[in-house]
Amino acid sequence: MTAPLIALEQTESYVAGAYLVFVALLLIYVAIMAAKLQRIQREIRTLAELEEQTGRPSTAGQASRRQSREVEAVRGEARR
Amino acid sequence: MDAFAALLGKDLRVELRTLRSLPAMALFAVTIFVAFRFGLDRTGLEGGLAAGVLVVTLLFAAILAINRLFVAEREEGGFELIRLAPIDRTLLFAAKAAALFVYLVALELVVVPIFALFFLDSAAPLPPLVPVLLLADLGLALTGTLVSTIATMSSARDLLAPLILLPLLVPVVIAAAGAAEPVLRAGGPEYERFGTWLAVLGLYDGVFALVGYGVFDYLLDD
Amino acid sequence: MRTPSLRALAVAAVVTLLGGYALAFFYAPIEAEGFIQKIFYLHVPLAIVALLGFMVAAVHAIRHLRTRDPVHDARSYVSIHLSVIFAVGALLTGALWAKGQWGVWWEWREPTLVSFLIVFLLYATYYPLRYAVEDRDRQARYASVFAITAGAFVPLNFLAVRLAEPFIHPRTFSSTGGLPAEMLLAFLVCLAGMVLLWVSLVGFELGSKRASADLSRLRTALGGGG
Repeated sequence: MTAPLIALEQTESYVAGAYLVFVALLLIYVAIMAAKLQRIQREIRTLAELEEQTGRPSTAGQASRRQSREVEAVRGEARR
Repeated sequence: MDAFAALLGKDLRVELRTLRSLPAMALFAVTIFVAFRFGLDRTGLEGGLAAGVLVVTLLFAAILAINRLFVAEREEGGFELIRLAPIDRTLLFAAKAAALFVYLVALELVVVPIFALFFLDSAAPLPPLVPVLLLADLGLALTGTLVSTIATMSSARDLLAPLILLPLLVPVVIAAAGAAEPVLRAGGPEYERFGTWLAVLGLYDGVFALVGYGVFDYLLDD
Repeated sequence: MRTPSLRALAVAAVVTLLGGYALAFFYAPIEAEGFIQKIFYLHVPLAIVALLGFMVAAVHAIRHLRTRDPVHDARSYVSIHLSVIFAVGALLTGALWAKGQWGVWWEWREPTLVSFLIVFLLYATYYPLRYAVEDRDRQARYASVFAITAGAFVPLNFLAVRLAEPFIHPRTFSSTGGLPAEMLLAFLVCLAGMVLLWVSLVGFELGSKRASADLSRLRTALGGGG
């Protein structure tokens, strides 16, 4: 049998294990955060499209102007 | 002060008349002793084992009382009355904690002699246990009232109360068992770090009295 | 909090942590305990930052009760959430350290591990508590009360658990007394990095929460109006 690529002693593997656990936790957290953010981005895009589709009916002008401002504000934040 | 006495008196009178909680707690404690006798497969206990069985049993019996602490208020609209009454709401906290304290002391008056009868060789360790149990009861009463108030307004209250309570009471268990262990040794009561453990219990009681005094008002708001 | 500064914070965290670990492995000497001691630079900062996080959560909770502003409740919630994760990290790395140093996965006589277990068990009940109270306002209030109570509990708990362990047991985990200068430096850098990491993650999570809230507001606005 060939020797292992990185010959690790007992104690060294525990140290490595501990740091790997830390990195793993961090990566899992970041992955979950990224997924959540992606979902939010997607929803913003859908809502923005929805807002454009409904257009600006003259009767509800003020309400929809407020909505468009909100959409723009959230989109701006998301882009940053 | 009158309000406090009134609230406390009401609870104690109701308990005396209906005997809703105390007999059940005592019976529960004795049954737990029997369970320990068989679970540990021992007929005599001493030292750390005796301390552990006693403290844990009292803890579980206390949970019974804590779960039922606000039953009357919940069912008969007592909370609304307290909110409307022109009194300091923290008095409710003090009164309930005092009532719980009284229940625990009453429980111990019955159950601790039984414990000695079941598991101990002599009654000599009992007097030194008194200050330990009193301070522990105070801690149980303060934390128990606080947690009971939180749990009482929630949906899974029977589950939530013990869940939150047990970690919070770990220092009480550690200190009470720590003080009781040398006292309950087979050769006769010894006092290792007795003062330290009593100080820890006292510190715990002080901290939770302050915390309860500080936050209880916010729990009652609506 | 504008995103650019959050990004800078995150970068600073990564740089500091990497620098700290480089110092730990290449600069700090290997002491009597052997190589296993290197976990100290990871485990102890995780533990310290988790505890500080719980204290911070209690402070936010106090401000929430005082001002009734939901912003403080959000900060309290996120602080607890992240500190619980860091606490899990402390427990896992502590177990690995125990296994490497003493050959056992769990050591009841090690005060830090046991205290952490109890603190973790307590803060883990924060979630069922929040779920059990439906009314938004009341839920936030009760959660703040819990955060304050639990915050007061943490030092008491550490004291009690510490005292429970007879002095026979070597306190190797907490041997910060008499630490050689190189180790101290590496440790402090790792600690600083961990603090920066915690703060960045809190920032990210708060931002994400705010985005979700904005989103639902937007959804209702669009759904109800034109």
